[in-house]
Amino acid sequence: MSFVILQVIVGGLLLGAVYALFSSGLTLVWGMMNVVNFAHGDFVMLGMYVAYLVYTLLGAGPLIGAPMAMLVLATVGIIVYFGLIRAVMKGPMLAQILGTFGLALLLRYSVFWWFGANFLTLPENLVGGTLDLGGIRIQASRLLAGIVALAVTFGLHLLLTRTSLGSKMLAVAEDSTAAQLMGIRPDTMQAIAWAIAAGATGLAGALIATFFYIVPTVGETLAIVAFVTVSLGGFGSVPGALVAGLLIGVIESLSGYLIGAVYKDIVVYALFVSFLWFRPQGLMGKS
Amino acid sequence: MMRRLLWPSVALTLVVAYPLLFATPFQQRIGALVLLYAIAASAWNIIGGYAGQVSVGHVVFFGCGAYAAMGAYTHFGLPPLVGIPLGIVVAVAIAAIIGTPTLRLSGHYFSMATIAVAELVRLVVTNTEYLGAAVGLSGPTVPRNIFDLSFISALPYYYLFLVILLITLAITWWMTNSRMGFYLRAIKDSERAARSLGAPAARTKLYAFMLSAGLTSVAGALYAMMFGFVDPESGLGILISVKILIMAALGGAGLLFGPLVGAAILVPLEELSNSWLGGKGAGLTFVVYGAIILLIARFQPAGLLALALRIREQRRKASEVSASVGASHAP
Repeated sequence: MSFVILQVIVGGLLLGAVYALFSSGLTLVWGMMNVVNFAHGDFVMLGMYVAYLVYTLLGAGPLIGAPMAMLVLATVGIIVYFGLIRAVMKGPMLAQILGTFGLALLLRYSVFWWFGANFLTLPENLVGGTLDLGGIRIQASRLLAGIVALAVTFGLHLLLTRTSLGSKMLAVAEDSTAAQLMGIRPDTMQAIAWAIAAGATGLAGALIATFFYIVPTVGETLAIVAFVTVSLGGFGSVPGALVAGLLIGVIESLSGYLIGAVYKDIVVYALFVSFLWFRPQGLMGKS
Repeated sequence: MMRRLLWPSVALTLVVAYPLLFATPFQQRIGALVLLYAIAASAWNIIGGYAGQVSVGHVVFFGCGAYAAMGAYTHFGLPPLVGIPLGIVVAVAIAAIIGTPTLRLSGHYFSMATIAVAELVRLVVTNTEYLGAAVGLSGPTVPRNIFDLSFISALPYYYLFLVILLITLAITWWMTNSRMGFYLRAIKDSERAARSLGAPAARTKLYAFMLSAGLTSVAGALYAMMFGFVDPESGLGILISVKILIMAALGGAGLLFGPLVGAAILVPLEELSNSWLGGKGAGLTFVVYGAIILLIARFQPAGLLALALRIREQRRKASEVSASVGASHAP
């Protein structure tokens, strides 16, 4: 019995690592330019469909699908930044929210129109089978996704805190006029931030696609997961997103196991609403 | 004074005469739906347009009204009409629960909280047997008396919705001219400045949200009465939120008649594309909706009505200038 619980917790941690990865993308953009991307869940969805296309067209697994999804989504991120975000950032709040919300619908229903509403899945044995680690049984696909997501999230944190590119991006986030006076181009830095954020999100989508159902509306649920993660972790904080993502993965898995699969989303959303009441700055945010 | 009243009275006459001039069931149905969505979008406009807080989960209030109306019939055998006050109470309570913590924070939290609460409520209702779970609740199949407000023709609904829309617009107009409207304008311009001058920002926004929620729930109840049923998709689906939002934004958020203009453009568009393209059209309709929202946000965030008003203003100025230039050149 306790083995089963342990297995559920490990599964939750691995799923949570993927949540942390795509939430890092959301938190990066939000923290850096105070824009909330309502199409974020649909970026994950696009990543999943890229992985699906790579499998059906080339017959290749996540080894090619994941980098491909990252590249495609990074490009989408740059296009979205120059085509939409740069203009709506200066506008009223309504324009910001409407702009990314409209983008979400456009992406979601274009995919819906093209692929239909069917639930697609990648073959279960695309990444190994099921491993047995000292009595705990884990699907290889989940293990791979969790470990890669954990590593990339950590890499993202190092990129932001340990490299000169990261410092430049933080400088723009802090005061873009001052950064400009120091010879940093805010426009370029923000476009890079969008490319990184969307790329990481696409990668997460390709990873999750190896064991998750693929459907055009999946982004709706995943966007809310990302909102919950970011609000819990404090906006702009990648380590916060990591801790919150892991926590939510575990809570979701445990409540799915203990109360029932249909209630796992209800638990997570209810948690979000109660957090807004009692600790709106998040777990690790400044009060 | 007479000139000022001329155009509004012409417009009102046309709106009243519409279902008699365009008398096929399809046209009357479109007319009724335009007015219904205009009620919901006008209600959204109070918080989204005038208060500048973008709710993306307004369907939850719509659902409160729809479920209360159908619940009154299913569980108590009462006319659906009786459910309206209950729907309003529940909607206002939910608005207070979402609004109290989030309206003190930046607007993003409010938008995210509304979307999360709407999904939460949809999931809970889908798993609640008392509210019909995934199947939903139905109204009276055959009207027992006039109070059931169950008609086959769309014509009675048209005039019912028109009356409710006029009441909604009157409440909105009254609000914008009251102290509350004054506060809201100040808060929307600069919340910090308004607060430093003593305007109770969070409380004013909360009242606007609660008012908006109550009116939206009435729209939901009317919708359920017209269609005779409600299920989680038609009463609590995120796409209803999208429609309400996009109609207000397309016409002009923060303008009294903006939502009506938006509804008058989008409802016929959707109905026609559904009847032309059939089932396949549903996806395409929302691709177009997404593109429209995106383009409005990018190029004309104030909406089409604001654009029209600006063009008229420019023309008026231009004609005044040319008139004065002409006058100065006169011998």
